[in-house]
Order: sequence, then C-alpha cells, then structure tokens
Amino acid sequence: MSNAKTNGTKPATAEKSSKAAGAATWADDRLGIATMAKKQIRKVFPDHWSFMLGEIALWSFVTLLITGVFLTFWFKPSMTDVVYNGSYSQLRGLPMSEAYASTLNISFDVRGGLLLRQMHHWAAMLFIAAMLVHMMRVFLTGAFRKPRELNWLIGGVLLLLGIVEGFAGYSLPDDLLSGTGLRIADGLVKATPVLGSYMSFFMFGGEFPGDSIVSRLYTVHILLVPGLLLALIGAHMLLLVYHKHTQWPGPGRTEQNVVGYPMMPVYAAKAGGFFFIVFGTVALMGGLMTINPVWRFGPYNPAEVTAGSQPDWYMGIAEGLLRIMPGWETHLWGFTLSWNIFIPGQIAPIALLSLVLGYPFIEQWITGDKREHHLLQRPRDAPTRTAFLAAMITVYGLLWAAGGNDILAHVFHLNLNKITYFMRGGIFIIPPLVFLLAKRWAISLQRSDNDRLLHGYETGVIMRDAQGGYTERHLPISEAEAYTLTARERDHIYVASSTVDANGVAAPAARMDTLRAKLSHLWFKDYLQKPTVEELEEGHHHAEIEHEHDVPLEGHAADGHQFDGRHDIAGEELRQH
Amino acid sequence: MGDTPDSHLARPAPEPIPDPGLEPHEPRPTDVDEKAEKRAERQVASLFGLSMVFAVLFCVCYFALKVGNHPTTWLGMGASNVALGVCFGLALLCIGIGAIQWARKLMGDQEIVEYRHTAASSEEDRVEAVSSLMKGVAESGIARRPLIRNSLLGATAMLGLPAIVLLRDLGPLPGNDLSTTVWKKGIRVVQDVDGAPIKPEDMVVGQLVNGEPALFFENDAEGEPLYEGVRLQQAKAKAAVIIVRMQPDDITPLPDRKNWGVEGILCYSKICTHVGCPISLWEQQTHHLLCPCHQSTFDLANNGKVVFGPAARPLPQLPITVDSEGYLIASEGFQEPVGPSFWERG
Repeated sequence: MSNAKTNGTKPATAEKSSKAAGAATWADDRLGIATMAKKQIRKVFPDHWSFMLGEIALWSFVTLLITGVFLTFWFKPSMTDVVYNGSYSQLRGLPMSEAYASTLNISFDVRGGLLLRQMHHWAAMLFIAAMLVHMMRVFLTGAFRKPRELNWLIGGVLLLLGIVEGFAGYSLPDDLLSGTGLRIADGLVKATPVLGSYMSFFMFGGEFPGDSIVSRLYTVHILLVPGLLLALIGAHMLLLVYHKHTQWPGPGRTEQNVVGYPMMPVYAAKAGGFFFIVFGTVALMGGLMTINPVWRFGPYNPAEVTAGSQPDWYMGIAEGLLRIMPGWETHLWGFTLSWNIFIPGQIAPIALLSLVLGYPFIEQWITGDKREHHLLQRPRDAPTRTAFLAAMITVYGLLWAAGGNDILAHVFHLNLNKITYFMRGGIFIIPPLVFLLAKRWAISLQRSDNDRLLHGYETGVIMRDAQGGYTERHLPISEAEAYTLTARERDHIYVASSTVDANGVAAPAARMDTLRAKLSHLWFKDYLQKPTVEELEEGHHHAEIEHEHDVPLEGHAADGHQFDGRHDIAGEELRQH
Repeated sequence: MGDTPDSHLARPAPEPIPDPGLEPHEPRPTDVDEKAEKRAERQVASLFGLSMVFAVLFCVCYFALKVGNHPTTWLGMGASNVALGVCFGLALLCIGIGAIQWARKLMGDQEIVEYRHTAASSEEDRVEAVSSLMKGVAESGIARRPLIRNSLLGATAMLGLPAIVLLRDLGPLPGNDLSTTVWKKGIRVVQDVDGAPIKPEDMVVGQLVNGEPALFFENDAEGEPLYEGVRLQQAKAKAAVIIVRMQPDDITPLPDRKNWGVEGILCYSKICTHVGCPISLWEQQTHHLLCPCHQSTFDLANNGKVVFGPAARPLPQLPITVDSEGYLIASEGFQEPVGPSFWERG
C-alpha cells in the first residue's frame, strides 16, 4: 500500500510500508489517534492480585451484555395469558403469562437456551459480588482518597444500579418466586407516605399485579439501566486512565511514579485473557450448576407462595431489615404511616448508601488531609477506617443472616423467634464491638511491624546464655522490606485553629472546628507511628549489645540461616544424630 | 508531562529509611533457557489449539444432543446443557489461560516506570479557562439581561411539566380499589384448587383449607368466566382466604365477632398485612399462622392478632355462615381493607 500526502508543499510521494502501517495511517489521517496512542499504548499498570477484582466486575458485565442479547431473541416480555404447550410435561396445559411460557421455552426448547439463561444469572451474581469486593478493596487501601473521590461516587452508583438491574431481571420470568418478590416490592412502594398507593398503581399499570410490570421492567432491564451502567463504567475507566492506577509502596515506587507492566503487550494479554477466564468460568457454572430453576416454582399466582422463599443474595440485607423490624405503625388523622416497612424499605437503604458515598468526604474532613494520594495504605495503617469497614461488614452479615432467619432456624434447629430477637439487639451491639476489636487488632499489627523494624525477624534460633536463660535470636530484615514497611506517612492530629472569636464567644464555625479537632483526636490517637531514625539506630545498637557475647551464628551446622529463605543453603545440612 | 515527575505532587522525604530504588530485574527461566522458552511456546499454542477443539465439540453437541424430551435428567438440567456449558467454558478458558501464560512466560517482563501528574490543570490553564468562560458569559450578556436569563430558566423548568404529566397514564388512580374485595354477603367460600364448596362437617378440627370466592369459578350468561387474566389475578391478590377449624372453646372472639364463625370454623384473609405475601404456614397446636416471607405470626384463635414479626395489624377476618344447602358462605364482605398498609388506609 502507498500513502499519498498531498497537503504539504512537496508533491505526493509513495512510500513502501506494511499493510498494518498503512491501515494505521489511514485511520490517523482521519482520526488523529497517534497523539493519544503514543501515550496510552505503553501505559503502565501496576501488578497486584487485588487490582483484578474490579476486572472481574467489568468482564462479568460484558458477559451479561453478550448473554443478555441472546436471551432477548426468545424472551417475550408480555403478561398475556397463554396455555403452555412446550416440552416440560409437568406444566403443560397450564395457563400462564407469555413471559413465563417463553422462559420455559428458552429453558427446554431452545438449544443452549438454558445455558444462556443460567450464564446470565450467574454472571449477574458475579457482577454484583465482584463490585462489592472491589469496593471493599478500594476502601481498605484508601484508594478512594483525593483525587479519586469522584470515581468512588461513580462506583457506588454502579453498585446501586447493578442491584436495581438484578432485581428487574429477576422479576422478568414471572414465576411464583419472582412474583412474590414483586409483591414485596409493591408493599414497600405502598408504604411511601402520601404517594404510596398512587406510585403502586402507576408502577403496575393498575392494581397489583396488573398486566404491565413485566414489559416495563423489561425496558428498564435491557435499555435504561444497562445504558446508564455502560456510560458510568466508561467514565469510571476514563478516570482510572487519567488518574493512573494507584500502587503499593515499595522500593522505587513513590507518589510521583507508577511502576508496572505496559498496556501493550503484557496488560492487554493479561486483561484480555482474563476476560476469557471470567467468561469461561461463567459458562462452566451455567453448564454445571443450576440457578433459578423457574420451572420448579410454577407460574405466578398471588394466592400462593412457597416456604423458604429467598431473594437473590444481594437483596438479602433488605430482606433482613424487613424481617427484624418490629411492627410499628402510626394511625393519625385517618392516615397510616407504616414505619415497619418505610424504615427498612426506604429510609435505611438511602441512609446506608449516603454513608457509603459520603465516606471519602467525611474522612477527609475529620483528618484534614486534602493532599493527593497515589500510594495505597495497608489496612493496618488506617485502623479507624479498617475498623469502620469491619463494623459495616458485620452489619451486612447480620442483616444477611436475618434475611435467612427461617433457613437458619430450619437448618440449625433453632427457634426462629429467638434468632429474630437476637438480630434486633445484635444489629446495634455487635458492630461497635467488632469496630473496637478490629481497631485494636490493626494497631497491634502496626506494633508488630515496628517490632520487625526495630528488632528484626525471628530466626527460630534459640540461644542459651551463661545463666542458663533462653532467648530467640533476631536478625535484621532486608533493606527493601524495611523501606516498604516505613514507606507511609506519619499521621497528624488536626488541631483546631482557634476556639473563640474576637469577642471570646464560640462562633458556629469555631464550634465545628473544635468538633473536627476532637474527632481527629479520636481517629488518630491510638495509631502507632513508624520509628524515627534515632529509634531505629537505638534498636540496632541494642541488638548489638545483647548479642555481644553470643556465639557467632555463622559456621554452625544449624545456624538458623538455612530456613530463613535469605541465604544460599547449598552444601549445608542439619547435623545428623 | 509524561516523562518527568510532576513538581506539584507531594514528595515526602523517604524516612527513616532511604528509598533503595527499584529491585534489579531477575530473568525468568524462559528468558535464559531456550528449552523452557520453546516449551512455553508449545503450551500456549496447544491451549489455543484445544480451544478450537472445544469450539467444534460445542457445535457437535448442539446438534447431537436433543433438548425437550427429558429436560432435567442430567444434574437437574439436561445432557445438552451440561455438554454445551462444558465445551463452551473450556473453549473460553483455554484462550484465557493461553493468553495469560503467553504474557507471563514469553512477553517482556521488565517493569517500567511512568511519571504521574496531578489531576489538576496548571495554574495558567485555569486562569485562561476562567477568562474564556467569563468572556463567553459577557458576550452572551446573560448577566446583564436578567429578563432573558429568568425567562429561559422558567421556560426550561416548565418543560418538566409535560414530562411529568405524560406519566399520568401509566396507570389508573387508586380510588377505592385497595379498600374493597369481591367478597359480599352470600358468596360461597370454595376450595382454591377445584372450586368445590365446603361444608362445616367436611373439615376436621385443626384443618386449614385455602379458599377463594366461588365467583372465580363461575361463568357469565355467555359461558365466559366471570374473572380471568389480569382481573382474576388482581381480584385473587385481595380475595384469597384461609379457612381453619379450631375447638370452639379455644377461640376468644371480640364481642362483635361472636357470630363470625361456624362451629369453630373461622375465615381470614390470606394476604399478609405486612407486605402482602399469601400466608399459609399453619401451626395446629398453637393456632398460629406464619407468613413464609417475613415470619409475621398471627393468632387465629384470637382475632388474627399479631403475636410476632414485622406486621403491624391483625389479619382481617371474613364473617362466615352457612347457606340453605349447608355450605360455607360469607355473611358480609371484609370489614376493613386487606393486605399491606397504605397511606389512605386510616
């Protein structure tokens, strides 16, 4: 192929070049992509297993798009009554909605249909689970700090949308289980003050269950929410590229650089390969593990329900909240306000989401830290934050267990009512205890880091001194490890600038400032700081004195070096007895 | 900005231990041993080759294995599903594992360094951007002409009205629908499965029967069902009942409910007063009825009172009696709205 460049002063010249270069020139002449590509093709991505969690979410979303498109070819989002005539003999001849009949058709009469359905459902489980775990990783390592707060917000909205998307999809087959889910959703909507009944009638196109909800949720499920998800995932990735990925501290890894493998070829091959691994794993799950066998539940009938009904896992905490709430209802001036539904169904989820989304800003305000951060923190180096997440995980776990209180009672032969009473109290008592425990735990891990820095690592060599006492010999850790352990910042407690205004009266702004200083004190006061140069020298000096009279470690058959992984052990063997 | 560190980024002094710098690169076996390199190359190519085999096998299974006749014989699904899933999964996994093996063993593994820049633009760019914006704002005159600005704001805000009004026909207004059911005086209480009417002597003490109004099984003058499709589902979602027989001595009816039952047989709404699940778990000994969704528990011997769980109101009771042929009928409709609470319920 030849390239003609005619816009210059010289006449067009024909150059010999490869086909690929020709295609690239053709594209660049029209798109000007070389300017961007020259930076991005060798873009550096740091390597760590935990950076893969978000990728699982991304690739399961792609899997959802692919399997979902196939499902739309056969699914009929209609609540029109039909009589089932397909292959599944146990339901043949029964009246049901067209949505349910077409789901049975996909499951039993379309070859590969059941596989696609199960893959779609498994990928949805994986999508939300991976988002949640990815979010916890970002939280624990402080990757949400400036300048990445907006990406944290986008991530939180993505999780919420993922859950909405999951619930909408779960409701489409119009089987007995999903219909029960919609019945509960209807109850939640009806509990909205003032507008509840109207919202319910507008949602269902009339009185529950109506004939519109499946086709409406279908539009939400295949157009509205996926469109939003796609746009937000795009923004999430663009910001990731713009900010460059965070990295763990280590030798040569600083706040100013990013060390890792280039996008082309290593990261492209790894990430691209990982897509196939996620997709393939979902395909194996779809082939081998039954999920949502709607044929066993039967068509939706508002007068029927099965015992042990459970929503998909990510709705478990909403279910738990609903189950442990006491039956409070206010009747006033001819109106009903159902606290028992309104609080767990609407107030609590909004409060929880606001707390999660607002967290980076709350932490920033308390710590007064407004700087950019590109190095990650180990969870132990931010004990209060880590403890907060531990408490949140506890809340989540308790609510999840509460959402399956009937299953727990059945499997473990426990009293259902007692489980519920336990959860009602536990939800307030256990998370604070977990918070305290996790915080102390993190701080003692900090202490063990400092011990390692000051006294070295435990060699396993026991020394006997002249008096017959025994001590374990410690040896200094490597320079790289010592650097990595100390590559964190010292914490500074925020100090209020002035508590009173010119007239000696506490001004509102000053009061907030005092509160901030108090919170900052509570936040940081127990944190351990890394040793100073003097402390390190003191520690090493101390070790030298202590071992002054020790027999030298070298030259003994079992000097402890063989097994510490730091020395060549060729030719050395334990003494034979 | 790509190749030099950004001077605006925080630059904490590495202390108490100075930064020893990047570790030296250690070569992998495949970098120094030609045999290992060849072996890795063969592994990757074999994985890609295997993927092709599984893709072909997928197609063979698609046509060879039938669906439909015995759809749930293998792992609760069917041979076709299992075979297709395994072939497809392995075809994908072989590509994925091959690509990652390629990257790990054969592609360059030298870590490289890229410098960061702050997320913020440079101060000059900011100044220029702000002045451009100000210039644009000034040229539009939006600040100097509040009349235009305010009327435009008003006009765009007003466009929200058509958007909201358009939603009006999403559904009819609730009216009185949530407070009424099809139950009326004289309607027979029948079995929900076959529509058979129930005589008191058909029921033994401790028995629970799922019931519906006989209307759901009746036809109109032209032989068409009175209720079908959506109307049937909507009516059923409110009118489903349960009929229980208890020892008359165990029952403690409210003063105005003394004649609401027949020989210890009482009839209650089946729809939970919490969020509307149909309730059906019956404990004979305690006369408790438990909702399988959120475990609200109602005492049917004590006027459907809530004894446990998140429900706030007792289960509505349907007064029943027997007709001239001795079958159970409603002696009145429900005295209160059934199902979950709503604002206007009172």
